[in-house]
This record gives sequence, structure tokens and C-alpha cells, in this order.
Amino acid sequence: MAKIIAGVGTSHTPAIGAAVDNGKTGEPYWIPLFKGYEPSRKWMEEVKPDVVIMVYNDHVNAFDFKVIPTFAIGCAEEFPIADEGWGARPVPAVKGYPEFAAHLVQELVLDEFDITIVNEMQVDHGLTVPMTLMFDSPKEWPCRVIPLAVNVVQYPAPTGNRCYNLGKAIKKAVEAWDEDLKVVIFGTGGMSHQIQNRRAGLINKEFDARFLDGLTRDPEGLAKIPPIEYLREAGNEAIELVMWLIMRGALGKDVEEVYRFYHVPASSTGVGNIILETKEFHEQRKGKVAA
Amino acid sequence: MTKTPEYEDIPGTTVFDAQRARKGYHLNQFLYSLMKAENRKEFRAGEHKYLMKFPMSEEQRQAVMKREWNRLLELGGVSYALAKLAFTDEHSYQYMAAEMTGMTQQGYLDMMVAGGRPIEGWRSKKARGEA
Repeated sequence: MAKIIAGVGTSHTPAIGAAVDNGKTGEPYWIPLFKGYEPSRKWMEEVKPDVVIMVYNDHVNAFDFKVIPTFAIGCAEEFPIADEGWGARPVPAVKGYPEFAAHLVQELVLDEFDITIVNEMQVDHGLTVPMTLMFDSPKEWPCRVIPLAVNVVQYPAPTGNRCYNLGKAIKKAVEAWDEDLKVVIFGTGGMSHQIQNRRAGLINKEFDARFLDGLTRDPEGLAKIPPIEYLREAGNEAIELVMWLIMRGALGKDVEEVYRFYHVPASSTGVGNIILETKEFHEQRKGKVAA
Repeated sequence: MTKTPEYEDIPGTTVFDAQRARKGYHLNQFLYSLMKAENRKEFRAGEHKYLMKFPMSEEQRQAVMKREWNRLLELGGVSYALAKLAFTDEHSYQYMAAEMTGMTQQGYLDMMVAGGRPIEGWRSKKARGEA
């Protein structure tokens, strides 16, 4: 049976991708950020998931304003990299898992989550920057990826509570797939940031720290944060953090926080990274290390 | 009309809601078209002529040509789409954000490196005496 073994929360700031693509990671501005992700990459290298479910948002690249799906799952064989306006990032195309994705959609719709099915789409920095941060720059990505795009561009994004519950449904749907797969789910975007109007540049470190604490210890509490609180306290674009709650919902009640990193700034963003292992997977891994 | 949403009280912020999205539809579709290199080229060769292909208001066209970023937000543009105009000019998200604040590019960068704009004083228009 397929199993979600862990969740990764990470920001997806486009400037991080640009820093990698333009060979700037050794510059003083970027050194602390990439150093902070080293343990995460090492963890990923050890864990070697078969499939990543990538919860992210499209930034007006795959979807224009003709159709705005709240939740959409990519069911394609392959997802090309979008040209967002400065040329496509020089990273490998993302390989999907159409059979597994189709199964997830089917289960989720029957579980009363109305998922939009996407059979062709390009993916933008929202998906590729987390891949780069966690997997570095391989010639081919080492696992298959199922993109789950969430609308956070046009208000309202789905509520934190809705997202948390979708996560729970994803856990069930994954476990109903009869193939031994190690699945890691990503929640991406955020943390505090605003990239528009006079308040641009807003960062709220206390909010971000509380969010990371809550993710580990009190996700039910976090799921109750209303949209206005994200917008007001952490910035207009911080609403992206609801996507981390999908990831958290998919991990079950108890988790083990195995890594956390926070850094300001990447461009206009407070960057957060957290790795949460499910209790079951954590015990297994501890056992292996001891043996 | 329904009552004014609570998020209208957030200072220096334009929440892209359904009403703004409706107003900005053609503006945002124009911005979306800048994803393609050939469209960026055509736009650069004659901005107004290219903008005439989209049934947006002349006010929106003028704001695009003048790069009046905050005006474009008021006219229904959304930052993620507006960024494509910045990219077409070979600028970044950060450049656009700095322009919107009215700060210098260096001033904005320095603020971010020092930890960003603090939330204190930026929670509520009412509290700031702006409403």
C-alpha cells in the first residue's frame, strides 16, 4: 500500500530559483539560505521518496483568468516548465504519475472534495523552486511528482480548515492505492510576505514562528485561523500558507519535527522550511539507524 | 452592494477579490499574454498598438504605459500578473514591489535585509487615521 511518510513545508520564492539558475548561490546574500537547506537535502537524499505530492499555487502561468480552479490535480505524464516572462527555468521537466493521480482524483471527489482534473499543464516556480531547494540540480528529478494546484491568486483562497480536511482525505486516498510507494507531501509558499502596494516588504517573524510551532503541535488550532488574519498579520501573499495545512492534514495526528529553518529575506519573503515525519515512519527510521 | 469587507481596512494593500478581478479581467489577460516571448517583443515594439488588441479601458492602457503600479492594482490588476510587465522590462518581483512602496530600490533592499517591514503600524487604516 502507498503511504505518506513525511511532509515538507517550504517557501517557493522565485528569486531563489533565479539565484540557482544564475550561479549566485555563493553570494553573501544567498549563503545563509542555501546553507539552511543543506540538512533538508541530506534528509531527502536518505529518504528517497517514490512520489512527491506537491501542493503549490500557480502564479498566472498554467491558469490565466478564464478558469480559476480552487483545487486542481495534474494527471499528465509530464509537466513542462513555464516561461513566466523571463524564459523558462533550466530545470528538467517534471514527470507525473497519471494512474496514481487519476486514482487520487477519483477518491477525493467521492470523498466530497471537488477536484479539477488537469491533463495538460505547465508548472511554474511555485513547483520548481521547492524541487530545487529539496533535490538540488539533478539532470532528471529522482521521483515522480503529482502537482496539486490551489487558487491563492484571487480572493478567497480555500480556508485553512478546508485545506486541513483535504489533507486528511489525501491521506486516505493515498492509502487506498495498492502499490508500495513512499510518498512525501509538500506544502509550499509563504511564509509572511507582501509583494504589492505600499505595505510591500512586510515580514512578521512572530507570526511565522507561531505558525511553525502550530504546524507541529496544534494543527487543529492553526486550521482555525481566518483568512483576514493571514492577510492582515502576515501580508497579502501570506495566504499561501493555507497550502501547508493540506500537507499537515495528510500526516495524521502526531508527527515528529525533524528539521526547521527560518530566514529573512529571500527577495520580499520570510523563508521557512520544516520537515515533519509521521510517527510510524519516524519510529522505523530510528530503528534502522540504531540497527 | 454588500457591506465593505474587513480586508479593506488593511493599509497599503489591495486584495484581489471577485469585484476587482471582474474589473481587471482584460488587463490581466493582457498581462498573461506577456508569458510568450513573441508577445513581449511585439508589445515592446509598440505598446499602445499591442494594448489595443485587448478590450480594456483607456485608463488601464495609460496606467500600463506609465508603469503606474499601484494605479494598476486599483484598476483590477493582480500582482502576479503585473509581475509579467516587470519581467518584460527585465525587472524582478522585488523591483516591482519596491516601486509600489515609493521607496528607492536600495532603500527597499536595505529594509528587507534588515528583516523587512515591521507589522507595527501597518495593521489597520482606522488605527493609522486613514479611514
